Amino acid sequence: MPRPGFVHEVDRSTPPVLFWRGENFSLEKLPVGRSRVIYPPEPLPAIKDIDGAIRHALLNPHDQDPLPALLFPGMKLTIAFDDVSLPLPKMRRPDIRQRVIEAVLDLVAAAGVDDVHIIAALGLHRRMHEYELRHALGDRVYDAFHPRGMLYQHDAEDHDNLTIIGTTDHGEVLEINKRAADSDLVIYVNINSVSMDGGWKSITTGLASYRCLSHHHTGETLQNTKSLMGHREHSALHKSIWRLGKVLRDHGPKLFQIESTLNTDMFPEQFSFINKREWEWTAKDRATYLGVTKGLNMLPVKARRKMFHDIQSPHQMTSVQAGETSAVHEITLAKVFEQQLVPVEGQTDILTLGIPFVSPYNPDSVMNPVLVMCMGLGYLFNMYRNKPLVREGGVIIMTHPTYRDFNPVHHPSYIDFFEQVLTDTTDPVVMGQKWEKQYAEDEWYRHLYRTGNAYHGVHPFYAWYWGAHGQQHAGKVIIVGGDAPTVRRLGFTPASTMDDAFEIASDVVGRTPTISHLHVPSLLVADVQ
Amino acid sequence: MSRLVFSRKPARFAAARLAGTLMPGRGASVGPLSLEPDETLPLPSPEWLRLRPRLAGICGSDLATVDGTASAYFDPLVSYPFTPGHEVVADVVGTDRRVVVVPVLSCITRGISPVCHACEHGHIHLCERVAFGHIEPGLQTGFCESTGGGWSHEMLAHPSQLVDVPADLSDEAAVMVEPMACAVHAAQRYTGKETVIIGAGTLGLLTLAAITATRDRERTGPVVVTARYPDQKRLAKELGADVVCSTDELPRWVRSATGSLVFGDQLTCGAPHVIDCVGSSESLQQSLQVVAPGGEVQVVGMPGNVHLELTSLWHRETAIRGCYAYRRPDFDTALELVRRFDLGRLVSATYSLKDYTDAIGHAAHAGRRGAVKIAFDMRSN
Ligand SMILES: [Zn+2]
Repeated sequence: MPRPGFVHEVDRSTPPVLFWRGENFSLEKLPVGRSRVIYPPEPLPAIKDIDGAIRHALLNPHDQDPLPALLFPGMKLTIAFDDVSLPLPKMRRPDIRQRVIEAVLDLVAAAGVDDVHIIAALGLHRRMHEYELRHALGDRVYDAFHPRGMLYQHDAEDHDNLTIIGTTDHGEVLEINKRAADSDLVIYVNINSVSMDGGWKSITTGLASYRCLSHHHTGETLQNTKSLMGHREHSALHKSIWRLGKVLRDHGPKLFQIESTLNTDMFPEQFSFINKREWEWTAKDRATYLGVTKGLNMLPVKARRKMFHDIQSPHQMTSVQAGETSAVHEITLAKVFEQQLVPVEGQTDILTLGIPFVSPYNPDSVMNPVLVMCMGLGYLFNMYRNKPLVREGGVIIMTHPTYRDFNPVHHPSYIDFFEQVLTDTTDPVVMGQKWEKQYAEDEWYRHLYRTGNAYHGVHPFYAWYWGAHGQQHAGKVIIVGGDAPTVRRLGFTPASTMDDAFEIASDVVGRTPTISHLHVPSLLVADVQ
Repeated sequence: MSRLVFSRKPARFAAARLAGTLMPGRGASVGPLSLEPDETLPLPSPEWLRLRPRLAGICGSDLATVDGTASAYFDPLVSYPFTPGHEVVADVVGTDRRVVVVPVLSCITRGISPVCHACEHGHIHLCERVAFGHIEPGLQTGFCESTGGGWSHEMLAHPSQLVDVPADLSDEAAVMVEPMACAVHAAQRYTGKETVIIGAGTLGLLTLAAITATRDRERTGPVVVTARYPDQKRLAKELGADVVCSTDELPRWVRSATGSLVFGDQLTCGAPHVIDCVGSSESLQQSLQVVAPGGEVQVVGMPGNVHLELTSLWHRETAIRGCYAYRRPDFDTALELVRRFDLGRLVSATYSLKDYTDAIGHAAHAGRRGAVKIAFDMRSN
């Protein structure tokens, strides 16, 4: 029986606590008597018969006819799937998407349907490399569909292949992939890593155009998204997306949503110490930690990066449900929270976060400084329900090398964003008004997004907007161990050690602040009362 | 009373070149420059005047000379021994005039009559009799045995070379007038469209100021300046750059400013006007990388022997065009701009002549040491 999440009050016997530092780790001593470490629940057991569970979900959907009843010869069918931004790290083969799509295709074949397109719902993310498509879908699906042009990636800039479905009562235009819009049925294959994803967000962002996304992907909206991972009614982003979802439901194609959840068994045996609570480390765990960090210190950053991105995670499916989008998504959320929720009493003055080597926007790539901000303030800060772990005006301390390093193939507009926009402003609203259009419409970025493997020109803005609420909420943000000029460019304060960071923080929160440490990995949502 | 003298001593030339190549400015300590007692030069003709230099700047071409890295091209345009110094503010002996010297030695200063076609039209910088006439060869005052130069307590000048300094202008401001005149001349080719200035040393900053002064004219594209050091970046912003970036950031700025695509390292569009205030192989090559098809690279920084890949110049019909000195009226504009932008503040340090080794070392690393213009100060004795 996996143990639930746990809030540990740091006392004299508490050993130093594990922090991510990009492609490495550190152990940090937190002040006794006023620090707490929030540990995630242990991984839930995975479903034993995964293929059986998938088949059961397809045949027993929620508020929807069984999938075979929706299939008929001569129909136009589109299967869309979540892209390479999740799960993190990538899962051991076979990926859930492969299993679900193969099960769907069995039923599709049995029904005599032959007009089937499979589309990566990547929104404005980068196109997946062939090896990533093969990893997510399996060689059988790839080889059967890709050569015939029936497996491809959504293109938010292909205006001949986008269609307007309708407009919300707030004037938001829903414009999505034309093939999906014209289909008799759209099957969406989701993996739900975090509660922010899934539901109406799947199609209305994954298959949308820039125009459609620009309604809610703004600095203002994200500043007003006070609960990205918790309650939808406190998220301006999700309220907008749910309005678009209503337009999709009322005026769009027939939908069949398949969502799945994962447990948090994220790292393989050679990183056994990651998933454990530090005072429970065995001699072997300590030796492993020392060996791993020592080995990492000797490697150049490129080699370390490769080693981490090559990790194949043992995490596995804990639930799969299909049917009507809203009904399915409520079950999914319950399952996500069952795995990730940890009750926590009250806020603290400081929140400490270890920033890992990867975020949803740099699989197999560089965690550039813009993504450090996005991961810290956009994702980890937002891993709460009700209230943030840190009080308003408190201090967020992150650990990451924050090197000035970018992947020019994946993140070309991020480089320009860092050099041009962030030297001008770090204010999400100001940059949105002053700079976003130029980046969104830049022909070169558009070319690289459409034909290469680059994120859309506007994407660094979205990454920045993701942290807008955290940025506004925090009185100060400190990065420990980062390249100082780069950290300052982000609008943050550099510190060389955790003790220095506490010293710097004392200007804002005094000499005896209370501290929460969010223990990542794995994933948790703090339910702050 | 003393002066710095640059003599022709081949062994010391070689030593200076070696030292200067290893470390810019080092040529001063081992090269053919020496401190010697002042010597009364004969007037080339009765109309010439004696000057007492007050401040005299050290410029890039001086450094190249001292380090022995200047091109052999100049050998016939120089007469030895000479006293360097062509950025000069001085008193006219026997008068209460304080003047800036126009160092270019044109037909009229050389006693050539009738003057050449270029001089006749005021293009003294394009003089067709540049090294001939009744004075020894010398591209400018400061490279000519007959005239002396500003790094001394006494030099000679032809009346046509003098520009009176208004009483309210400091010596520090006045010593910036000659380099500012170069910048005014360079800025005359400013188009109002996207413009890149490579380098934010004295020439880059002054050219920027001269362009900013024309801002009243229509400006459709940004002025992008590359700078290496924090003080250069700050000054470039103050003097009106729309964008200040590092050299490696430049192609990305120009790309996005001009909506360019990219093939290889080459932008498909680019800036119609690139002003290279460095003049090295690297800066010129980068200029060609970011200049628009049919555009112009204006070479303001003095280049020497450079190595360039010119295929793009051919393919894109771009031009590389030199930019030397000024015309006499440019000094009037320069005076006004020096006052308007308070450019006396760019004089970061002054040295007495006896400390010339330190002075030249400082000038050679001005940017890194947070300085712009280094000058000799002869006012105290
Ligand atoms: Zn002439």
